[in-house]
Amino acid sequence: MPFALSDELERELERIRARYPNAMAACIPTLHLCQDANHGWVSDEVIQFVATRLGLSPAHVKGVVTFYSLFNEERPGKHQVWVCRTLSCALRGSGSLLEHCEKKLGIRSGETTKDGKITLRTAECLASCGSGPVMQVDKTYHEGLTPARVDEILDRLLAD
Amino acid sequence: MIKRTEYLSKNYGKPEGWSLATYEAGGGYKSAKKALGMSREAVVEEMKKAHIRGRGGAGFDAGTKWSFMPKESKKPHYLVVNADEGEPGTFKDRTIMEQNPHALVEGCVIGCRGIGANAAYIFVRDELHLAKARLWGAIEEARAKGYLGARPFGVDYPVEVYVHTGAGAYICGEETALLNSLEGRRGEPRLKPPFPAQVGAFGCPTTVNNVETIAIAPTVFELGGDAFSQLSELHPLNDGGVRLFGVSGHVERPGIYECAVGLTLRELIYELGGGILGGRELLAVIPGGSSCPVHRADEIVSLPKDDRFAPWQGKSLLDLPLGVDTFRSAGSMLGTCCAIVLSDAVDPVLATHNLIKFYKHESCGQCTPCREGCGWIERILDKVVHGTATLDELDQITEIASNITGNTICAFGDGAAQPMLSFVSKFRPAFEDYVRTGGKSQTRTLEA
Repeated sequence: MPFALSDELERELERIRARYPNAMAACIPTLHLCQDANHGWVSDEVIQFVATRLGLSPAHVKGVVTFYSLFNEERPGKHQVWVCRTLSCALRGSGSLLEHCEKKLGIRSGETTKDGKITLRTAECLASCGSGPVMQVDKTYHEGLTPARVDEILDRLLAD
Repeated sequence: MIKRTEYLSKNYGKPEGWSLATYEAGGGYKSAKKALGMSREAVVEEMKKAHIRGRGGAGFDAGTKWSFMPKESKKPHYLVVNADEGEPGTFKDRTIMEQNPHALVEGCVIGCRGIGANAAYIFVRDELHLAKARLWGAIEEARAKGYLGARPFGVDYPVEVYVHTGAGAYICGEETALLNSLEGRRGEPRLKPPFPAQVGAFGCPTTVNNVETIAIAPTVFELGGDAFSQLSELHPLNDGGVRLFGVSGHVERPGIYECAVGLTLRELIYELGGGILGGRELLAVIPGGSSCPVHRADEIVSLPKDDRFAPWQGKSLLDLPLGVDTFRSAGSMLGTCCAIVLSDAVDPVLATHNLIKFYKHESCGQCTPCREGCGWIERILDKVVHGTATLDELDQITEIASNITGNTICAFGDGAAQPMLSFVSKFRPAFEDYVRTGGKSQTRTLEA
């Protein structure tokens, strides 16, 4: 089925487009808008939609999608969890924290729970080095984490 | 010398500290109004007097950079703010955007005036959703008050500020990769020349500045450039003013501390940072983001031929003031001034392994030495930590890293090579222990 945006999001697309001197510059923000409206991933239909609306080739849009790590080419779980693994967080225990998450969810980093609730990944430096270990849950940061706090967060996501 | 200041961080942590009301109560937006009443040349001259060394890590003088913009051109000019903060260990710009967004918006007005631009794009990495929301909120508040738009403060000089979002790529912190990304392309760095001041965003003259560089501009116009510069102990070295210092890793009080330039690593780690976590000893410190060389706790300053460094000659590197030229001369790099502290609980081999994974993941793949080199070093380090590498392969790490350096389009390659070269040479016995015994004498952990 072809991808489409709601009227409200169509207006948002117009607002995005108006910020730039040309349509191509709207490519990345438009992809974010569409990904959020498409269960968190960029399907071929989304690529076609963005290409048509911005007057770009689908090949260009696909090239952009594959370059950036935050565009999903497969549908992720309902919630996305990233544990920062880079040095400052690692010094504050992110390695143990990731193991804790993997054990609790019964999946490895990069995988999604069987019920489709959570996709677990590692992140490269989230710019929160002074409050590690850190994880990002969808669009929110959780900082200075302990295993108990992580359990609380993950339980809430699993129950959602 | 520790000289705490509060020009940027005054309202950090306060309720509604990010609002226009709070910002204006502290005198906010007077500098933008003042700058719009000055000629473009006068704005640049004031900025030059401030001796702000670019806060993104390269340390180039901000006023001089503004002066590179063409005096007259038929094309529009753009100010692009690099808010793609992602250098491991660096977390200062995020605090400005989240807790003092109006300083950045006001700085954009001043910056636009200085470079002859009517539009500024703030390129924020996608993950920083709160920062983006706070910036958009600040822009709306400022626009509603008539500080942005067609006639800011009633002056016939239009200024628009937009927030642009990235999509997860450390390389977009490189200014030309950032410009490609802003234009809706893959974030691959461009060849220079042409430099952005000639051909930048959308083919037009563009200045790319770090968040902190722009956010401190209102303070420069409040105090006057010269007075601002003189706040710094390194004013005689043209390294002026105040900046945000960060400390993370194994210290008791990690965080961001605003101080006059002139602070030392020892003060940052032991006084502001509260000392080494758990009362342990310092093993090493990376001074300003992971792309800087690592330094052992026992390193000294050895610059006998440079009189400017006579006061610190033979002293511990931890007592050398954190400045762009002081650290460059000492064979290091100041970078973003956000130090990563490693206590003696840390296994330096595992720290190196952790860092190469970052660079391997983030290399954009455009240049062969970087793309293949980072992967090759990662594979060798995988073997090292599993105890299956040879001594020859340790030498290979140095050889590969040396061959990345200087052979790539952008500075990412050098940034990946520096930590590899310095860790392997400064902690050689630990690497050899992994080769010989599988690391039996090492702590085999990163955690304190």
